[in-house]
Amino acid sequence: MTAAETVPDRGGVEVRLESLRREYGSVVALDGFDLTLSPGELVALLGPSGCGKTTTLRLLAGLEDADGGRVVVDGKDITNVPANKRNMGMVFQAYSLFPHFTVWQNVGFGLRLRGMDKAAQKQRAHEMLELVGLSAQAERYSHQLSGGQQQRVALARALAIQPQVLLLDEPLSALDAKVRAQLRDQIRQIQLEVGITTLFVTHDQEEALAISDRVGVMKDGRLEQLANPTEVYARPATSFVAEFVGLSNRLLGQVHGGHVEVRGVSLPLVDPTTPDGQVTALIRPEAVTIAAHASEESGPLVGSVIAQTFLGATSRVTVDLGDTTIMAQLGTSEAAAYPAGSQVSLKIREDPVLVAEGPAAAVAEGEEPAAG
Amino acid sequence: MAAVTTPSATAPAVAGRAPRGGIYRRRRRRQRIFRIVVLLVFGAFFLIPLYAMVAFSLEGTTPGTHSVSAWTSIFSYPGLGSAIAITLELAVITGVVTMGLLLPTMIWVRLKVPRMRRVIEFICLLPLTIPAIVLVVGLAPVYRQIRIHISLSALMLFGVYVILALPYAYRALANGLESIDARTLAEAARSLGASWFTVIVRVIVPNLWQAILNATLLTVSLVLGEFTIASLLLYINLQVALYDISRSSLNAGVLFSTSAAALLFSFILLLALSYVGRRRDRRRRALV
Repeated sequence: MTAAETVPDRGGVEVRLESLRREYGSVVALDGFDLTLSPGELVALLGPSGCGKTTTLRLLAGLEDADGGRVVVDGKDITNVPANKRNMGMVFQAYSLFPHFTVWQNVGFGLRLRGMDKAAQKQRAHEMLELVGLSAQAERYSHQLSGGQQQRVALARALAIQPQVLLLDEPLSALDAKVRAQLRDQIRQIQLEVGITTLFVTHDQEEALAISDRVGVMKDGRLEQLANPTEVYARPATSFVAEFVGLSNRLLGQVHGGHVEVRGVSLPLVDPTTPDGQVTALIRPEAVTIAAHASEESGPLVGSVIAQTFLGATSRVTVDLGDTTIMAQLGTSEAAAYPAGSQVSLKIREDPVLVAEGPAAAVAEGEEPAAG
Repeated sequence: MAAVTTPSATAPAVAGRAPRGGIYRRRRRRQRIFRIVVLLVFGAFFLIPLYAMVAFSLEGTTPGTHSVSAWTSIFSYPGLGSAIAITLELAVITGVVTMGLLLPTMIWVRLKVPRMRRVIEFICLLPLTIPAIVLVVGLAPVYRQIRIHISLSALMLFGVYVILALPYAYRALANGLESIDARTLAEAARSLGASWFTVIVRVIVPNLWQAILNATLLTVSLVLGEFTIASLLLYINLQVALYDISRSSLNAGVLFSTSAAALLFSFILLLALSYVGRRRDRRRRALV
């Protein structure tokens, strides 16, 4: 009950996860996991299901016990502190509002546990509801709210206790696309306003790239890359990251002298020290454009359009190059000029590309032996 | 919901399309008649014996006369008053003990050791598969041993009754627990600073009221109607007392008035509990 006094002023605290380990029977969910969040930073953990991202968050929340390693928040080791003494605000993937409480009682619950009197609880609850734009719904029950509203109340409830750290466990995944984008931006705005150190877990790369200061891409209980969103997207550290974050064309290429030759085009490498040899180059669809209707019958970058996917402002055009297919992303009005069946020639922009070691490497890593 | 609103919403349109509307109307009428017939048949099946019971209990000493003496003598009939008291006390004790044992156990298993769920379920449902007579054969020596040291009142029957009530109470509570995401609610409360005790008392239990009421009702009804075990262990509860009356057959009217009263009591209890449940619900919805 004294937790309220120990909360420092807003501004965020440092969170350090040191060589965390967690096993479920014979399955190792986390294996020597290290991550440091700077004060006030929002870090998104991104990865496929089963990569250990939720486990990391639950270990930080104290909802699960670590089999090894330390959790340090604001310089204090809290590895063995139970969840209810950790002072962390958490928003869950599943709707978690208490059905027998009204909205404001939900938000005030944490304050009630801290011995705050009812009037003060109510006032603070209303402040928090104002922050998430739901003060008009204070007297309602959770079953009278939409999914997006419920998650906003859950966010208000998590922040009401002035936690040291905010933990978001896929809070948007149950919502429909439009609400998801709105709430995503609202979460970021509130997080910046409150200045709270935040760990955000998601499997949606768009979400992770949109709102975080840094993105940690996880695979098999380890961090593959931890960097700011632009870096993760433009300079993926591993082929897994390149595959998981955004779409990639996989094309055979030949490395020599710091460049990779892909279908007659010489492209710079992200890592110029790559040894010479045959590789799989990972090329983003937006680096591929359609140059023109093809005049010649064949060529390394000539093929016929087999499909168009409308994405809104842009469209993705799939082109059959004979021995492989390649995806190009271009403006929708531009793409309209190349309906399915048209013969086109492509151009690849000279962005630095990442390569997987060889054509066999992709299969060895257990990934899809995709086109290319 | 849609099924309810559709007829009124489409009513004007139906008038314009006479032939199809006619078919629908005929079908709807047929369904309504079918429902009423079913209701009448089952109503008669249940109500005629009840009516006969009450009518018999109100009959006077000579045919054609009426008397309420069978009802007024329920409490003055030798032994019957104490049997009723004991049964009611047993109902309360059994209800409280069953809930006290089962509710925390089930919540704890659900939240902390979910892999034990099947085991608990098996143990709780086991009494269903054991005939009462077998249970008594097993329990009689136990009771005899205890009786050697201390004299036991009929209230000690609650031990057996708790076992008998386990399957019903378990199912009712399990349904309640399944209808809420107990785990997420508990974790949310934990992250807000709640101790495990607070989680159970302030978060889980308030969302299980309906299930707790149902479980209690089933338990209480079971105790009110229990005969075999009390009789075989030589205790006199309500049903045993009624049986004794029926054998002496000096005053069959009391037998039926008491049975009817017991039934009425169960009905009132059922109505009261469902009313409490509904009022909680309405209070929640009133704020829409």
